[in-house]
Amino acid sequence: MGFEVDDQGFYGDFGGAYIPEMLYSNIRELENRYLEIIRSDEFQTEFRQLLKDYAGRPTPLFRAERLSAHFGTRIFLKREDLNHTGAHKINNTIGQILLARRLGKQRIIAETGAGQHGVATATVCALFGMHCIVYMGELDVERQAPNVKKMKMLGAEVVTVHSGNKTLKDATNEAIRDWINHPVDTHYIIGSVVGPHPYPDMVTRFQSVISEEIRIQLQEKTGRNYPDYLVACVGGGSNAAGAYYHYLEDKRVRLISAEAAGLGVESGMTAATSLLGTSGIIHGSRTLLMQDDDGQIEEPYSISAGLDYPGVGPLHAWLAKSGRATVFAATDEEALQAALLCSRKEGIIPALETAHALAVLEKITPGPDDVVVVNLSGRGDKDMETYINKLGI
Amino acid sequence: MMNRIDRLFKETKGEILSVYITAGYPELGDTVPLLEALQNHGAHMVEIGIPFSDPLADGAVIQDSSQVALRNGMKLDLLFKQLEGIRPAIHMPLVLMGYLNPVLQMGMDTFLGRCRHTGIDGVIIPDLPPAEYDARYREMFSAYGVHNSLLITPHTDENRIRRIAELSGGFLYLVADSSTTGARNSIGDHQVEYFRRIHDMGLPVPGLIGFGISNRETFLTACKFARGAIIGSAFIRAIGESGTLSLQQKVEMFIKEIRGA
Repeated sequence: MGFEVDDQGFYGDFGGAYIPEMLYSNIRELENRYLEIIRSDEFQTEFRQLLKDYAGRPTPLFRAERLSAHFGTRIFLKREDLNHTGAHKINNTIGQILLARRLGKQRIIAETGAGQHGVATATVCALFGMHCIVYMGELDVERQAPNVKKMKMLGAEVVTVHSGNKTLKDATNEAIRDWINHPVDTHYIIGSVVGPHPYPDMVTRFQSVISEEIRIQLQEKTGRNYPDYLVACVGGGSNAAGAYYHYLEDKRVRLISAEAAGLGVESGMTAATSLLGTSGIIHGSRTLLMQDDDGQIEEPYSISAGLDYPGVGPLHAWLAKSGRATVFAATDEEALQAALLCSRKEGIIPALETAHALAVLEKITPGPDDVVVVNLSGRGDKDMETYINKLGI
Repeated sequence: MMNRIDRLFKETKGEILSVYITAGYPELGDTVPLLEALQNHGAHMVEIGIPFSDPLADGAVIQDSSQVALRNGMKLDLLFKQLEGIRPAIHMPLVLMGYLNPVLQMGMDTFLGRCRHTGIDGVIIPDLPPAEYDARYREMFSAYGVHNSLLITPHTDENRIRRIAELSGGFLYLVADSSTTGARNSIGDHQVEYFRRIHDMGLPVPGLIGFGISNRETFLTACKFARGAIIGSAFIRAIGESGTLSLQQKVEMFIKEIRGA
């Protein structure tokens, strides 16, 4: 059983490109050209240079001594939070902006929920002088005001989306509609491993620099290049896909995905998509998603704006269904406590999304000599208001 | 019995007017009364939209009507129940138009069985890729006698147009411009060039032009190059307007304006 995308754009039962004909030429152009462009030496040279000099890679792999002592195992944190703009998102936007330039596009569109991908897109658009339009749901614009200001300071146009439930799902719909209406000059930078083929594979490849570095860094620090456990949070799943990529076929590595249980998996207020979701189609991809018996897509809930997506990338649906990854769900409260623990034990305030991955450390039972890598996908600056309110700081 | 869509194209000499409605809009019980009014006032065919939470290809007007319909309680199962027994009083062809996810949740086989049972002649599922239709569902559609009309756009290349036309049953849906529904309300020179190009290809299936057909002028322009046209957003907007007119009167006024009667 393989975990690479097949030539039809599927991971097992999931993936594909369920798009209306109005998007066919855009997707076809991308599908025909992305591998050739990404694999070219000239692209790789520029991509690697920007990851190093602009994003600040490689990010450190940090041996977290006090967390290790607390959990009785050997914990390493992959510090994606130290990237420029504060999360792994920049890896993908650098890759896609370079691709868009080679496709001759002048106009960039993106969706954003919490605003991290929007900021990362606005950032690379500023860097290359490209026109940038970010779609953001009305509720998220209110909840994430500082990120809206950042995008505007970076020169992006932020379009408030009033349709549907006014959150990430609807912002994505609106970005897709924009692309339908601008099929020639525009590239759509999707922020996660979701959407029609080739997006899930393309974004995974751009994020795979994370596992590439983990291999080298683990070799240096532990004398072997793989961990026993690899833990990452999954909303759409881009940081997890990047952290898993070079270990997908390596069965020595237990892949542990952390989803947002919200108020509890059975509470009805949750975003535990691969635990509760059923097969269906969202944003052009067949995957596991939250839906009712009429096939209407339901709005998930999580305290973390980056995890409340009703679907999950098709790779993750397949990893969960095939048993390659083990999925745990952490509640809002568990994530908050894990964020506090990481702050107090290691002096690192993680993003709320990342805190769900840290919370899962309570649910797995590695031995004292096992190596556990947690992908610390983002930093907690954007979540300070929530931490202050919920933790009574 | 010949499929009503095929009979319509065979027997109609003039322009064909197809109208899109959203099931369960403006009120939950309006689906069948709208069909009756549209038939009485001279629409040739109706596309009944299955409301969906995430209508990617639709502009604001149809999105809003879908949201209202869902809030009204419309579901695919209920729609089939509403359509129970409408034949033969409704004798014009009827097409269901909707996104793939609700259809897949019902199951394609059940869906097509209920289409056949209620007298639905064709379906349009914009996000069902032609290749997947061909590989997985074409024989099933054929067995139930339900047509699947596929879409082409100004960016669809010639080989693909021929392939899609060959797969299309009933009619080929010519999307008038690179746009979501209701985004345009005029027809430009580049579109006329595209309509002429498709017309001159001599495809084996008749074409209907949709997206951006909003009034008599755009309707007549479209009809110069295709057998007829489909009006969606403009009609939804007209029946959604508040005021003293009854639903029947709104339909009558709208159709009269389009047909110049």
